[in-house]
Amino acid sequence: MNILEFTGLVGLGSLLAGFLGALTGLGGGVVIVPMLTLLFGVNIRYAIGASLVSVIATSSGAAAAYVREGYSNVRIGMFLETATTVGAIAGAAIAMRVSGNAIAIVFGLVLLYSAYLSSRHRDEHDPNQQSSKLAKKLKLNGTLPTPEGKLPYNVTGVPAGYSLMFGAGVLSGLLGIGSGAVKVLAMDQAMKIPFKVSTTTSNFMIGVTAAASAGLYLNRGYIAPGIAMPVMLGVLAGSMIGAKLLVKAKVKALRYLFAAVIVVLGIEMIFSGAKGRL
Amino acid sequence: MSEASVTATKPGSWNDQRIEIIIGTLLRTGVILAASVVLFGGVLYLVRHGHEMPDYRTFRGEPESLKSPRDIVHGVFGVSARAIIQLGLLLLIATPVARVAFSAVAFAIEHDSMYVVITLIVLAVLSYSLFASS
Repeated sequence: MNILEFTGLVGLGSLLAGFLGALTGLGGGVVIVPMLTLLFGVNIRYAIGASLVSVIATSSGAAAAYVREGYSNVRIGMFLETATTVGAIAGAAIAMRVSGNAIAIVFGLVLLYSAYLSSRHRDEHDPNQQSSKLAKKLKLNGTLPTPEGKLPYNVTGVPAGYSLMFGAGVLSGLLGIGSGAVKVLAMDQAMKIPFKVSTTTSNFMIGVTAAASAGLYLNRGYIAPGIAMPVMLGVLAGSMIGAKLLVKAKVKALRYLFAAVIVVLGIEMIFSGAKGRL
Repeated sequence: MSEASVTATKPGSWNDQRIEIIIGTLLRTGVILAASVVLFGGVLYLVRHGHEMPDYRTFRGEPESLKSPRDIVHGVFGVSARAIIQLGLLLLIATPVARVAFSAVAFAIEHDSMYVVITLIVLAVLSYSLFASS
């Protein structure tokens, strides 16, 4: 396989990953690292660098569309980014000190957890939710656009959400993923932020979080242009096509299928890491 | 676009909406620009090196010339295909950073000094990662 064929195949795989990721809402970033390491024999450090770059591309591309809808809460996002960016730098620093096999095992566990989260029930917005004092002080409460007008929502559980966000940042920096699943968990579950606000704000934050560790990865030579190029372009194109189709497609079956793929990849990553093959 | 978008009811939210539109445009422009540069560098790279064999199994780390923003720009002027791809990736990384910088200005216009400080903290962390680490 020469560079031309390698680029073409990696680009095609990334296109598919971005497409399914956008269509199912699970994000394409999580399957990039397993694809590169297990399928193409790429060293996990290069794979993480390329994945991180694709995460920034899809997040920024999608956020551009989301901000206009008025769901994302800029203050919640910015406040929590102080936790995710510091976490991301810590995660990247850890990644540079531990073995590739150890990273693979953690990666596998996170894949399994993401698949589990995607199958979980989502709580509806509770209009009677009380705001905590800290949330009020930080001006985190906002309004949700609905057909009947703006619906106010209250935020609580700031310390718990903030800690979870730091963890999401560490995982993002360690594994080169957006860790959108953990971000949504922090906002949706811990802070009781309405689901639609959680997902769009999370998407908004993913790019900033990934940029924090991407600088370190670039400086340490983890970002190889020959791999990052097809991955970034493929995932970006795929997620744009996926987002366009999202309105029409019935995604429930596809969601389960993609979640199943993630489970298989997760188990494979754990085995490969445990056997020291990566 | 969602049918749920509703006209502004709160004083000051006209400003918020305007800021959001500017942020949206900024992000889209950044991504398109970055992708174009990466694509251009990628085509050049494939024309020059497409027949060679890829070797990414062992991690060696990219050479010095592809690691720091200054060296990457230097390589672009030497028409290095890999440096052009890295420049595109650097633009991509810079896009969310620019978004944060713009938000700081937006909060300043709204006289929200607490969020100006919070935003500047995020900006400082991002700058540390990009420039101060080696």
